[in-house]
Amino acid sequence: MSGFDQTLLDEADETVRVRLIVNGRKVTCEVAPRDTLVDCLRDKLELTGTHAGCEMGACGACLVQIDGRAVHSCLVFAVQADGATIDTIEGLSESGVIADLQAEFHRRNALQCGFCTPGMLVNAQELLSRVTQPNREEIRDALSGNYCRCTGYETIVDAIDAVAKARSKGGGAA
Amino acid sequence: MSAPLTSLDRPNSYIGRSVPRPNAKRLLAGRGRYVSDLKLPRMLYAAFLRSPHAHAKIVAINSERVRAVEGVHLVATGADLAKICTPWTGTLDHFKGMTSAPQWPLPLDRVVWAGQAVVAVVAESRAIAEDALELIEVDYADLPAVVDIDSARQAGAALVNPDSANNTCFRSQLDSGAVDEAFAHAAHVVEEEFCFGRHTAVTLEPRAIVADYDPSAGMLTVHHGTQTPYQFQDLYSRHYNIPEARVRVITTDIGGSFGMKLHVYHEDMAVVGLSILLGRPVKYVADRMESFVSDIHARDHRVRARMALDAKGGILAMDVEDLTAIGAFSTYPRTSVVEGNQVIRLIGAPYRFKNYRATLEVIFQNKVQTSQYRAVGHPIACAVTERLVDMAAAKLGLDPFAIRAQNVIADDAYPQTSPTGYRFEALSHQACLKRLHEMMDYPTLRAEQADLRKRGIHRGIGIATFVEITNPSPAFYGVGGARISSQDGAILSLTPSGEVRCMISVTEQGQGTEAIISQIVADQLGIAQEHVKVVTGDTEVTPHGGATWACRGAGIGGETALQATRALKRNILEIAALILQEQPAALDIVDGEVVDAATRKPRLPIAEIARIAYFRSDTLPPGTQAQLTVSHHFAPQGYPFAFTNGIQGCALEVDVETGLIKLLKHFIVEDCGRVINPMLVDEQLRGGIVQGLGAALFEECRYSETGQLVNGSLADYLVPMSVEMPDIVIAHVETPTADTVLGAKGVGEAGTAAASACVLNAVNDALAPFGATINSIPITPAKVLKALKRF
Repeated sequence: MSGFDQTLLDEADETVRVRLIVNGRKVTCEVAPRDTLVDCLRDKLELTGTHAGCEMGACGACLVQIDGRAVHSCLVFAVQADGATIDTIEGLSESGVIADLQAEFHRRNALQCGFCTPGMLVNAQELLSRVTQPNREEIRDALSGNYCRCTGYETIVDAIDAVAKARSKGGGAA
Repeated sequence: MSAPLTSLDRPNSYIGRSVPRPNAKRLLAGRGRYVSDLKLPRMLYAAFLRSPHAHAKIVAINSERVRAVEGVHLVATGADLAKICTPWTGTLDHFKGMTSAPQWPLPLDRVVWAGQAVVAVVAESRAIAEDALELIEVDYADLPAVVDIDSARQAGAALVNPDSANNTCFRSQLDSGAVDEAFAHAAHVVEEEFCFGRHTAVTLEPRAIVADYDPSAGMLTVHHGTQTPYQFQDLYSRHYNIPEARVRVITTDIGGSFGMKLHVYHEDMAVVGLSILLGRPVKYVADRMESFVSDIHARDHRVRARMALDAKGGILAMDVEDLTAIGAFSTYPRTSVVEGNQVIRLIGAPYRFKNYRATLEVIFQNKVQTSQYRAVGHPIACAVTERLVDMAAAKLGLDPFAIRAQNVIADDAYPQTSPTGYRFEALSHQACLKRLHEMMDYPTLRAEQADLRKRGIHRGIGIATFVEITNPSPAFYGVGGARISSQDGAILSLTPSGEVRCMISVTEQGQGTEAIISQIVADQLGIAQEHVKVVTGDTEVTPHGGATWACRGAGIGGETALQATRALKRNILEIAALILQEQPAALDIVDGEVVDAATRKPRLPIAEIARIAYFRSDTLPPGTQAQLTVSHHFAPQGYPFAFTNGIQGCALEVDVETGLIKLLKHFIVEDCGRVINPMLVDEQLRGGIVQGLGAALFEECRYSETGQLVNGSLADYLVPMSVEMPDIVIAHVETPTADTVLGAKGVGEAGTAAASACVLNAVNDALAPFGATINSIPITPAKVLKALKRF
């Protein structure tokens, strides 16, 4: 066997210990340097609510919050996230911080297969944290990195629009 | 003052009501269970080495270096899997003369498209499996690739299948009435050649499968992201020679399907074989690049068509030639010729003319297979027909609404048979046209368009009528010899606590199957919807049925649930009558209570009937055997298909400097018969329209001259995103089918059927002042500028 093969495989075997705060809890993970954060979240931490749709940052299915900001977890190596605070759809659901968005998506059926939905919700939350009263064009623009093949987007826009209005009426809840 | 009572005001009336989907909350909380999420004990991961050539002979495969790699459990080639899997052929008997070469999970000696899986590696992780692929050496000897549709048809052309005489898969011809005579005497003839590019489903969750063969039990369990678990149970059983009862296919949540995930894929068949060879669970999830080169593509048609009209604009005849290229094989088990077949049979469908001739030629080429994807054939038939109608209108100086109003089959003229042999029970073109005209505020749109033109702003308005095929009978696949069921089955139980569990063969892909089935059951039995649990997608649990495709879930699955519920209700009332010493006919069920049918006075909760039947049968009269579980099957009878119809409209703006098109607003009036859940029907229409808009403007699988897909990633292949999509205005006309009690037809493909035709007509309308025309989809900025002679 050639030395090259052995090197390749040795490198693949090496792992690094990363420490994260995921959904409010301290966790440590043994990851390979080449593991992306989305793979770490899904495979190691079994947080399968975060999805991998394109693995190149184009579809938005893998969006999570890193230190409070929406980030493509497929474009971040797990080792890069060492020390970060990460909130996934599971944590955002449990804390209730996006409960109004989830209820409005449900009421208006702003989802079909649900595969894009966690990323949509993370991005909607990001938008509403920056702009309190976005108009429909701004909502459509903000969602332009989130691919949905099922809905045609309109009910998603409607749901975010309704939540934006409700939040600003309620003094910027959540 | 209160509003008048409607049928929706009685208790438990759910048919016709917009209620949210009970199962959507899980998905919103990130608790979906997709096959790509699944991890089983001792599970291994498969990866595939793919062909870099569009056509080549496999001279040798050297995988010696891989076998020694730690973590690799198996390397398998076509020959290895052919020992345990019988080949398949994608032909159907009713497509006479159709040919296709036999297919194996992995190729034996030749690759026929770039991206075809050649060697499988199974390892302890996907990463190790992919590393190992790099150590495999395959020697290929290049063969001439058939890429272009014209060169494929030339005499002496390179052959996709060396054993055949030419590259033809199938030819078909329709000829009805006196076409030549009609054209000879026509006052006007319009003619055009249309091109429809290849595009693909791009489901957000790629194809995913976990095959788990347990040699000790001789049992194969496959967790499969598919629409059709029973079809795959049958296929895995027959091709791997495992008794059907020992094959279980489970479909849990699925991240989009749209017809793409009901075909046999080589990798999926291989994964089943790999699990059998290893006796362990094996998982394969296509990555996005693999999806683009291995998921079925759709369309790829070139249609030459002409239409003859009389002096007043009445359509007299159509003459059509459809050429379509399908890849190297016809897809199994539904074939790759259904799209072409539906193109030539649906052309002209909304209109009242009798002279029709069409030829269809289906060609092999060295690309990935095409096959059924949402709205099979409809967008092509619709675009060809509707563009010709607009061309005729322009020639005659008629408004697009006027020429259609003049030619559509009148709403009171049904039943009708089309010149292509389709039998229409009852359609509503006139009502839909009228409604669309009002909804668009058409005169205002036209006035605005004229006004803006003066200022150099070029708006286009387009409309397109359509007919959609839904609720297929065995005439679709069964008569062709495919073991694809057109019936559905349900098992319905009153549980000991008085709730209802419905296990039904139609499946859920997010369109709301489980929601509408629970609405129908709750409505028909007389209980609250939250007391109905619907179970789908497990061949070991749910009865055999067609599942979900060709817009059959609501119409056929819904009727199955309705009839099953009525049977259960009869059984419940029989027991209630014994307990209450009444006649069953004097009783009814309202809100979970047995009541006097006449007075609605509550008599007994159905939970009490369940308690007595399950736990105190000793208190029932001797000889009583309560049947609180019923199983029921329903196969469509009467019309072979339940055709639906509708019309779409759109307004858009063409930037004549850049060729960019901005969609302003889209409209649809649709008639799917009985509407069970208006919110979900609207969602189907919107989603379908947006897929059609993607096809109209963005989506195309582009190939190089050597047969390489050059835009196979989500950065290069354009899909419709929210910012480019318009709001969509929806209205309904309801013409229920009389073939079922429920009266529902399908709705999943109506949006896709006419959206691209509508855009094509609107773009041509916008370009009319420049004398420029476009007859090719997708309508890219480059095509617009070329048409304007600015590029």
